[in-house]
Amino acid sequence: MIASFRHVVGENPVTGFAFALFSLLVLAALVGPSQAPFDPLASDTMASLRPPNGLHWFGTDQLGRDIFSRCLVAARLDLGIAAASVALVFLVGGFAGLAAGFYGGWIDMAVGRVADTVMAFPLFVLAMGIVAALGNTVPNIVLATAIINFPLYVRVARAETVVRREAGFVDAARISGHRDMSVLLRQVMPNILPLMAVQMSLTMGYAILNAAGLSFIGLGVRPPMPEWGIMVAEGAGFIVSGEWWVALFPGAVLMVAVFCFNLLGDGLRDVLDPRRRT
Amino acid sequence: MTLQVEGLSVAFRTRAGIVRALDGVGFAVAAGETLALVGESGSGKSVTAYALLGLLGAAGQITAGSALLEGTDLVAATPRAMARIRGRRAAMIFQNPRAALNPIRQVGRQIADVLRRHAGLGRRAARDGAVEMLRGVGIPDPARRAGAYPFQLSGGMCQRVMIAVAVAAKPALLIADEPTTGLDVTTQALVMDLIAGLASSNGMATLLITHDLALAAERAQRIAVMHAGHVVEVAETRALIDRPRHPYTQRLLAATPRAVGSLDALHSISGNLPDLRRDDLPPCRYAGRCARAVASCASVLPWADLGGGHRVLCWNPL
Amino acid sequence: MTIPLLDVAELSRRFPAGRRSWLSRAPGPQVHAVSDVTITLGRGEALGLVGESGCGKSTLARLLSRLLDPSEGSIRFDGRELSFVPARHFAADPARRRIQLVFQDAGESINPRFTAWDAIADPLRTLLGLRGEDLAASVAEAAALCGLPEALLGRFPHQLSGGQRARVGIARAVGPRPDLMILDEPTAALDVSVQVTILKLLAELRARLGMSYVFVSHDLNVVRLLCDRVAVMYLGRIVETGPAEAVFRDPRHPYTRALIAAAPALDGIRRPVPLLPAEPRSPVDLSPSLCAFHGRCPDGVERCLQERPVLRRMEEGWEAACHFAGSKHGALPQTLPG
Repeated sequence: MIASFRHVVGENPVTGFAFALFSLLVLAALVGPSQAPFDPLASDTMASLRPPNGLHWFGTDQLGRDIFSRCLVAARLDLGIAAASVALVFLVGGFAGLAAGFYGGWIDMAVGRVADTVMAFPLFVLAMGIVAALGNTVPNIVLATAIINFPLYVRVARAETVVRREAGFVDAARISGHRDMSVLLRQVMPNILPLMAVQMSLTMGYAILNAAGLSFIGLGVRPPMPEWGIMVAEGAGFIVSGEWWVALFPGAVLMVAVFCFNLLGDGLRDVLDPRRRT
Repeated sequence: MTLQVEGLSVAFRTRAGIVRALDGVGFAVAAGETLALVGESGSGKSVTAYALLGLLGAAGQITAGSALLEGTDLVAATPRAMARIRGRRAAMIFQNPRAALNPIRQVGRQIADVLRRHAGLGRRAARDGAVEMLRGVGIPDPARRAGAYPFQLSGGMCQRVMIAVAVAAKPALLIADEPTTGLDVTTQALVMDLIAGLASSNGMATLLITHDLALAAERAQRIAVMHAGHVVEVAETRALIDRPRHPYTQRLLAATPRAVGSLDALHSISGNLPDLRRDDLPPCRYAGRCARAVASCASVLPWADLGGGHRVLCWNPL
Repeated sequence: MTIPLLDVAELSRRFPAGRRSWLSRAPGPQVHAVSDVTITLGRGEALGLVGESGCGKSTLARLLSRLLDPSEGSIRFDGRELSFVPARHFAADPARRRIQLVFQDAGESINPRFTAWDAIADPLRTLLGLRGEDLAASVAEAAALCGLPEALLGRFPHQLSGGQRARVGIARAVGPRPDLMILDEPTAALDVSVQVTILKLLAELRARLGMSYVFVSHDLNVVRLLCDRVAVMYLGRIVETGPAEAVFRDPRHPYTRALIAAAPALDGIRRPVPLLPAEPRSPVDLSPSLCAFHGRCPDGVERCLQERPVLRRMEEGWEAACHFAGSKHGALPQTLPG
């Protein structure tokens, strides 16, 4: 795994860059809250709306809070929401798709109809509805983000399973004495995991955007908690009056995070595919 | 000679180094004649076909040699000129006919396309011509089948359609790359009969590329045996089968199952193909696995002419 | 009389062809992939199964290896009826270990995430419950039996050559020491020189371990080399069965004759036998009352459209399903029975 990682990174520097960026984001999420130079909630009206300078790298907002510290601290919340929702939808959607593809019949029908129902809604509006109905708490944002990604996971898992169900090695596994469940979990699933991992990385990006989007329209995390979406929303009003940095830096951080996960997806596929190991 | 290939060399650039896929390949095919290019996988027989028709792709390059098709050098031809030659003067049929046909176009139209482009026929004449071509390749009820899509036809029928497309413009040269691999023996016999019939009625030279020495023995007037990018022996079919002179040809024959004789009578070929990425490839690429290797095998190989058009690339022929 | 290892009687398998309308209760059209196949196989015997693509030989192989459930008929293995055990549950059956299958495409039949070692170890783990050192020893033994050097065992299938992959596929099947090995065109994708070594390996394994083979192939010359007996299939039915050498020397069914004549021979002399015209009949809803070969058969007459020929005894252990198959040479017309 390590060797193949080195091989892939050596071959494709973009993947290396994405992995570096990813590590940076994870580091920020882990140590950000303890290492932030300023208290993200402490307001200092004397120093409000300062442009970026040596002390406040990203400037300060209307309450004089350090934007850099707030961006750093928000990483844990935003990545946490995204990771939790992706993990949830991977487990539920992945297994539903796996079962649908492997067994077919009524399981396939049921899973397909559920996925179609979700797909029938504009996804962001559906997420808004779920959060509005259940209350805007962090677990509900996670749930809403997971639900709107459900059809995607079902489809990827199902399509890949259908292809592999017919593969020679599945018959070979039966001949070798594997029962259905064992064929599914030990033979089919490991072959689908790389694709699912790519999918996870790509949807991590969407999940971050979705969580930030919900917060942006006031249906997600509530102020004053630092969160990239809220920060962009709060800063948006100041762009016209010339204080561009209040919205720009959280927005840029958001963009970099989404970009990083999208790049990571491609790299991950290469690392996890044994055929690419030489 | 319809086709005269001399000293054809092809190299592929890969991440793992330069693969010298062909080295000094030479043979000739006369009008109405079938020459079989026989070899195992990795021998370069298909690369030869692709090189002749300028279909090598970006990674492959002809590094030396010439290939004269009725006097036109295919190696020196511009891509534009090659596009004109393909289909009109030289055509190719492939191993997987279903993949080589356009899946969403009726087979009659695919033949008509060729007739319009290369034979300059009008729409109506081309359509009638296509039905005639389908009849010519032995497809029952051709008027109805002309409206069929490839997926509606069996593998053998698709190969006939492919042949009809290939010979629609009456090319001087037909390259058949494993045309019957994957078909049943009964269908294979019919398809090969069809190719032979067209070759003799149109005076078409046929280059039959196959891994099956028995098929070559039955269908070709002459056989060229390839090994690791070299043509190692060329001879009249009977002479080559009855008295092979190159050690590799002899081993290949000894490995081919026959209608009589037991498993004990068959022998495998020892050793493996040399790595064609090596910079220090020996002059004889078979020497490393050859039981008859002698000291001179390390020096540049001579073509030994054994008379009667029987030529062998070996220092120590049988 | 001893019980044969495998005793298959009137085995059939039909597949629905296309979707049945949910409005109608009538049965939809069906493909008769395998019809009324009866074969027996003694211990240590090798039976070749030949025919064109679509003749049902691969379906029969899957039925015999219990990957597929038959529509009708019985499969008795060592005296025990297996057709009642659904294919889904057969993995847990004690007979699973004793019936193994070698696949046509060895590369495709090895899980791409398994090394050669994993692939060979897999059945030993699940079927024999081997672990640790016992497992390692058994894998090494199976690999050695199949001529696989230990250095190759750590490789993934895509890092192996075609011949090496074929050996891994055979080693995996041989590992649990089956009594019956079903070989589905194991050499179809290999070069002749590699094919020879694999065929010799299979012959040697059979002699050494006393296994029985069902060898599926379209290549008659190859079947003849490895098998004692041969069964020729046409559109789901066995049309001729007998001793391999004798059948190839003197085929009694016109289809067998055409098949043998069509195979290219190294001597380069085409046998003057009429080639089969046109295409086989559609296997969908094939009428049971006519000879399926009629239309392509050079000897076909009116009677073949009215009465399907049944397998008739030619000589000891030699049967053919043709009205005109004489018990001696040539096509002698038979009088209608009764």
